[in-house]
Amino acid sequence: MSAFLEMYGYGAYVWSAYAIAIGGLLLNVWMARRQLRLAREEARRRIAMQEHS
Amino acid sequence: MSAARRSALQAASSVMQRDLLLAFRRPGEWLQPLAFFALVTTLFPLAMDPEAALLRQLAPAALWVTLLLTSLLALDFLYREDGRDGTLEQYAVSGQSFTALLLAKTVTHWLLTGLPLVLAGPLAAISLGAPPSAMPGVFFALLLGSISLSLIGSIGAGLTLGLRRGGALLSLLVLPLVMPVLVFGARATALAIAGDEASGALYLLAAMGVLALTLAPLAAAAAVRISLE
Amino acid sequence: MNWVWFHRFGSPPYFYRFAGRWAPWFMGIAVVLLAVGLYGGLVVAPADYFQSDAFRIIYVHVPSAYLSLMTYTWMALAAAIGLIWRIKICHAIAAACAPAGASFTAVSLATGMIWGQPTWGTYWVWDPRLVSQLFVLFFFLGYIALRGAIEDRDRADRASAVLAIVGVINVPIVHFSVDWWRSLHQGPTLMRADGPSMPMSMAWPLLVMIGAYTFYFVAIMLMRARAEVLRRERGGAWLREELARAGAAA
Repeated sequence: MSAFLEMYGYGAYVWSAYAIAIGGLLLNVWMARRQLRLAREEARRRIAMQEHS
Repeated sequence: MSAARRSALQAASSVMQRDLLLAFRRPGEWLQPLAFFALVTTLFPLAMDPEAALLRQLAPAALWVTLLLTSLLALDFLYREDGRDGTLEQYAVSGQSFTALLLAKTVTHWLLTGLPLVLAGPLAAISLGAPPSAMPGVFFALLLGSISLSLIGSIGAGLTLGLRRGGALLSLLVLPLVMPVLVFGARATALAIAGDEASGALYLLAAMGVLALTLAPLAAAAAVRISLE
Repeated sequence: MNWVWFHRFGSPPYFYRFAGRWAPWFMGIAVVLLAVGLYGGLVVAPADYFQSDAFRIIYVHVPSAYLSLMTYTWMALAAAIGLIWRIKICHAIAAACAPAGASFTAVSLATGMIWGQPTWGTYWVWDPRLVSQLFVLFFFLGYIALRGAIEDRDRADRASAVLAIVGVINVPIVHFSVDWWRSLHQGPTLMRADGPSMPMSMAWPLLVMIGAYTFYFVAIMLMRARAEVLRRERGGAWLREELARAGAAA
C-alpha cells in the first residue's frame, strides 16, 4: 500500500496531478449544476414578473 | 476594367481620402502611437544597466513588444469614430463591398499609425545598440510584421466595437492571434542584429502577411457587421 | 434522408427535455469508465522503464489535453453552424462548451507542468506544443470574456462565434506541432499512421480514460446547454411546466 502511495518516489507529482484533474472534474459538475439552478430561479422570477405586469 | 470594379476601387479610394483628411485635422490621434513607441523604447535602457551587449540582446524583444502594445493602442480608434457617428452603417448599406471599404480603412490606419513605427523602428533599434548594418533586416521585419498586426487587429477591433472597456478585451483577443508574428518578427530582428541571414524568418513573416491579407478582411467585415446590428 | 429528427433539436423544449433525460446517463457512463480507467492506470498498468511511476500522470494529462482540443473544435463547429444557418440552439451549445473546455486546457497544462518536472527537469519550456496549448486557453478565456462583455445576446452569440472560428486554426497547430517542429514534448504515441507505439497493457487505461472524459464532457455540455436554453427563453408554456415539475421534484 505504501509503495502505491509513494510511486517509487514520484508520489507527490502523481498524486498532485491526479488531484488537480479530479478536482477539475468535480468543479465542472458543481458549476454546471449551479448554473442550471440559477437559470431556473431566474426563469421563475421572469415568469412571475410577466404574470404580475 | 468593369464598371463594378472601377466603382469599388473608387469607393475604396474615397474612403481612404476621407480618413486621411480627417486624420490630418486631428494629428494628435495618430501621432500618439508614434510618441508612445518612442517613449517606451527609451524606457528599456533606462530600466536596466545600459551595458551595450546586454541591451543589444534585449533589443529585438523590446522593439517588438513595444510595437505590439502600440498597435493595440492604435487599434482602439480604427473603427471607433466611424462606428459612433454612423458612417460604418452607411458603408454597410452602401451597396459597395463592405470588406473592401473596411480594408481601405485598415490600410489608411496602417499608413498613419503603422508606417511611422516602421520608419522609427530602425532608429529605436540603433538606440538600443543595434549595428547600422542590421537596419534593412529590422526595417523589413517591422514592415511585414506591422502589416499583419494591423490586419489581424482589425478583427479584434471589429468584435469589440462600441463596447465599454473594449480596449482591455481587445488586447485579450488580439494578442493570442498575433503571437506568431511576434515570435518570427523578433527572431528576424535578432538575426539581423547578430549579422546572420534573416531571410528565412522574413519569408515566414511575409507568408503570414499574405495569409492575413487574404483572410483577415473577411473576418473583420463579418465582425463589424455583427457589431453594428 | 429524414432530417426531421435533427430539426427537432432546434426546438428549445425538446432539447431541454432531451438533455435532461440523457445527461445523467452520460455522466453515469463517465463515472464507470473513470473508475475503470483510474484503477487500470494506477494499479494494473506496468510502470514505465524510464519514467517509472511518474508516467502514470499520462492517464490524466492526455485525456485532458485531447478533450480540450475536441471541445474547442466542437464549440467552433456549433458556433459556425449557428452563425451560418442561424440556429439559436447551436449558440447555446457553443456557450456551454467554453467553461469545460477552459478547465480541460488548464488541467492539461497543470498536469503537464507537474509531469515535466521529474521527467524533463523543468516545469515549463517555451516550445511550440506548450505555447500553442496555452493559446487555446487564452482563446477559451477570450471567448468567455467577449460573451460577458456584450449585453445583447444575439450580438454576443455571433461575435463570439466569429472569434471561435478564427481561433480554430490553433487546434491543428497544437496537434501537429510535435511533428512540425523539434519539440521537447514527446511525439504522438496513440494517433499514428502505424498504430500506437505504446504496448496495449499501458494503452488500454488511456483509451478508457479518454472515453470517460468524452462522456463526461457531453454530460456537462448538455447540463450547461439546458441552463442556456432556460436563460434565453422568453416564457413559453413549456417553461412553466418544466419549472413546476422541477420545483415539485426539488
